[in-house]
Amino acid sequence: MPVTARARTMVLVGLVAACAWLLAAWRQAALAAEKPSQAPQLVVCPNCRLRKLGEALAAAAPGARVIVQAGLYAEGTVTVNKPVEITGQGYPVIDGLGRADVIRVTANDVTIRALWVRNSGSSAMGDPAAIKAVGVSRCLIEDNRVSDSLFGIRLDQASDCVVRHNELRGGATSASYSGNAIHLWNSQRVVVEGNRARGWRDGLYFEFTRGLRVQGNLSENNLRYGLHTMYSSDNRYRQNLLRANQGGVVLMYSRQLTVLDNRSERHWGAACYGALLKDLDASRFEHNRFAGNSVALVADNANGNVVAANDFVQNGFALRILASSSDNRFSGNAFAANAFDVITNGTRSDNLFAANYWDRYRGYDLDHDGIGDVPYYPVSLFALLLGEYPQAILLLRSPLVSLLDLAERGIPLLTPQALRDTRPLMERPRWSKSSD
Amino acid sequence: MVEVVGLSKRFGRRQVLRELTLCFPPGRLTVLVGPNGAGKTTLLKCLVDLVRPQQGSVLLDGLAVGSDPRLRRRIGYVSQLPRFPEQLSAAQVIELLAALRASAPVRRDEVLDTLGLESEIHRPLSQLSGGTRKKVSAALALIFDPEILVMDEPTAGLDPRSALRLKDWLRAERGHGKTVILASHLVSELEELSDRIVFLMDGAVWFDGAAAELRARSGEQNLERALARLVEERIAAALAEPSTTAPIAAAKTAPWPRSAGMAGR
Amino acid sequence: MIPMLQLVLRDLWRSRWPAAYGLFLLATSEALFAFGENRAQAVASLLTVTVLVVPTMTLALGVSQCFDWRYCAELLLAQPVRRGAIFAGQYVGLTLVLSLSFVFGVGLPFLWMGLGSRAAAQALAVLLAAGILLTLVFGALALLLGTASEQRLPALGRAFSLALFLCVVYDGILLAAATGLADYRLEKPLLALALLNPVDAARLLVLLKLDVAALTGYTGAVMQQFFGAGAQSVALLPLALWVAVPAALAYRAYQRRDF
Repeated sequence: MPVTARARTMVLVGLVAACAWLLAAWRQAALAAEKPSQAPQLVVCPNCRLRKLGEALAAAAPGARVIVQAGLYAEGTVTVNKPVEITGQGYPVIDGLGRADVIRVTANDVTIRALWVRNSGSSAMGDPAAIKAVGVSRCLIEDNRVSDSLFGIRLDQASDCVVRHNELRGGATSASYSGNAIHLWNSQRVVVEGNRARGWRDGLYFEFTRGLRVQGNLSENNLRYGLHTMYSSDNRYRQNLLRANQGGVVLMYSRQLTVLDNRSERHWGAACYGALLKDLDASRFEHNRFAGNSVALVADNANGNVVAANDFVQNGFALRILASSSDNRFSGNAFAANAFDVITNGTRSDNLFAANYWDRYRGYDLDHDGIGDVPYYPVSLFALLLGEYPQAILLLRSPLVSLLDLAERGIPLLTPQALRDTRPLMERPRWSKSSD
Repeated sequence: MVEVVGLSKRFGRRQVLRELTLCFPPGRLTVLVGPNGAGKTTLLKCLVDLVRPQQGSVLLDGLAVGSDPRLRRRIGYVSQLPRFPEQLSAAQVIELLAALRASAPVRRDEVLDTLGLESEIHRPLSQLSGGTRKKVSAALALIFDPEILVMDEPTAGLDPRSALRLKDWLRAERGHGKTVILASHLVSELEELSDRIVFLMDGAVWFDGAAAELRARSGEQNLERALARLVEERIAAALAEPSTTAPIAAAKTAPWPRSAGMAGR
Repeated sequence: MIPMLQLVLRDLWRSRWPAAYGLFLLATSEALFAFGENRAQAVASLLTVTVLVVPTMTLALGVSQCFDWRYCAELLLAQPVRRGAIFAGQYVGLTLVLSLSFVFGVGLPFLWMGLGSRAAAQALAVLLAAGILLTLVFGALALLLGTASEQRLPALGRAFSLALFLCVVYDGILLAAATGLADYRLEKPLLALALLNPVDAARLLVLLKLDVAALTGYTGAVMQQFFGAGAQSVALLPLALWVAVPAALAYRAYQRRDF
């Protein structure tokens, strides 16, 4: 039946054609909607008139849009010295040929988007980075990929910039010959959001910064720290995930930082910790979760901080408070399934512990107000010994240790009696959970 | 044939058996007598390998008794103090022994009937009187019909009727050519049975022979007196030796020459 | 051996001690869950109980049993059976019943609480294995003590002294060495010293499955290596020796002694 068959084929072809037209029309409309009104646009591609990013930038007027189509652009250092918007399509590779910085931004209002930037210089001279912005305002660096570089994205003396959704692959093998994934120096009011950094020295490094908003980043498997801050103030760190670095959140010589809703996990090994508060003042740690760290939080000469409603779960030591720290307030935290709760090197404690949940607490609550009627002393004798003599780890879970702890609890000789939670919670807060 | 050759046993510093050599032929019933501590029980235990001597050996038809546990199949042993897994009944102990020996008792009913044990057989052993326990102990040895019977004070604590029945049984066994070796500290108790009396004193044999021979030697009709006489003579002889110090000490420590030990022969 | 084993099993069943032992462990295990511990924590807490209670109970019950059977040894050993069979029946019976009590007491709450994660299940399995190994070790030591002693009370006294020494005093020596000689590099000798003690070897065996990973930051290089890889076989070897040597010595003593 050839007639019927032909008719059926025609109908089919017609349908396909109609679909294709509809699709094309919709796509056209979408593109039209995306396009800003009158900005001049330059397109760079391996077969275009403009074959190099550098040429396009030279040709571009301030405010121009530069579209970089997929391809390899190996031009050494590309300097962006006028306000332009560079957008990659299909992740064009910008290769620095291992010379110095790959993209160097020296103008305000520059956008760098969706490029794959790689191969910066590797000598420590001048700290070469994949993308470096120096002395600029209002830059936007987003959706880029960075690899094979000493530093990833580096902002010096920048303000009001946004660095977001970048993916940074480091190849760091030793801390002294590697740089940081996102490195901010002497910068203010920068938003660092949703980036992913793996395999650098520090994942996120902020020095002499103010008013940063750092959130939703992932920083893992870095040689040194996940999130490292020095000489900064008034930064907010939210909802970041730090994992399997040597240190998770490491804050030094800073004040008035806010650390909320972050997770710091699996920092294992010699001198590894979920958080280090060194010379940190007047900062807030709230709703963070520390799980599976050798030491969850170390306070060294940290003063006047608030550590509240954090979850300390399955760490070796939950808190290590050095005697130089005072006036810190630990309240409403949950301590569960840690090998040890608190160790300290002093006999006095000028820090306040109140209304925390301790899973080792065996007190009672006669008036049923949810608060234990006898205080909890979170420092055990064995934990103290272990802090001084690491070899004593051999005796972990020995009945002798239980006996010693029991005796010490009865007649305290060595553990600081001032370090106590006078109002321990009876019930574990609902938000606290173990990964059992 | 059971042979004891040069058997010496020491418990700590106490010498209990001193180079004993004795022979127990089949079809004979021997009664070992002697005061408490003379070494009777130790000697009997050596016969079943419960006690292992420092020197010498116990031979069963030429085979060392300790060399193969299966040799004990031929020996029935009754200990001085009957001790059992107390929560079991006699019937259960019989089952246990049968399982351990991997053989059924051949003369179970006959023995239980003779010793009047049938009514007691299902009660826990812990509830039985001393005499009954002793009978159970004897029964446990007899039911397997061994060719050698080694019994430590078998009639002690038994009522006269049971003792009589046991003695009759043993006499019959001897008649069937079995070797019977009994220990007792009262000679007269078993005198009517014995072919041979072995008087043990301080781990050595002071007399070995028939009751009649003992009477003739000592001039005493009562066997206890006859033995006492024997002891006196020996002590007097020891005192006559210039080197000895005191009779009791001599009796305890002097190594009696073999010839003196075998005086009865 | 089998008839003797049956006899020993029946006797232990009647004695109710193994049942009391199992129930004690069960209550402990239950209590830990009642205090809201998760499975890994419960295993860790039970480890402390295990390394104290299993040696003590096994020694006490083993020595007692030894004297119970010595009581009727004349009856049993006069039979045509090898002494080794009677001995083996005692050893197997004792360790079998106590191991079952242990597994039952410690494991049952996990059964109805659910095993949880794979890691927690593994930790529990290693704890149970360690408990059984300790039962085998101290069962052998109990028979050795019981066989080599003439009287029950001194033997029990010796058993308790031994348990106290190995469970507590020995660790005290280790602790003194770890703290008093901290200036010297003593990780290796300390570790070797710990492994020499069956109680510590068993404890380390389980620790390897537990929270040590998070604590490695607080241990020296040797410990880290040890706790890192292949350590379980290292901890198993001394335990195997602690089963074999006392069992062989007890067997020999049983063969040689007078009854």
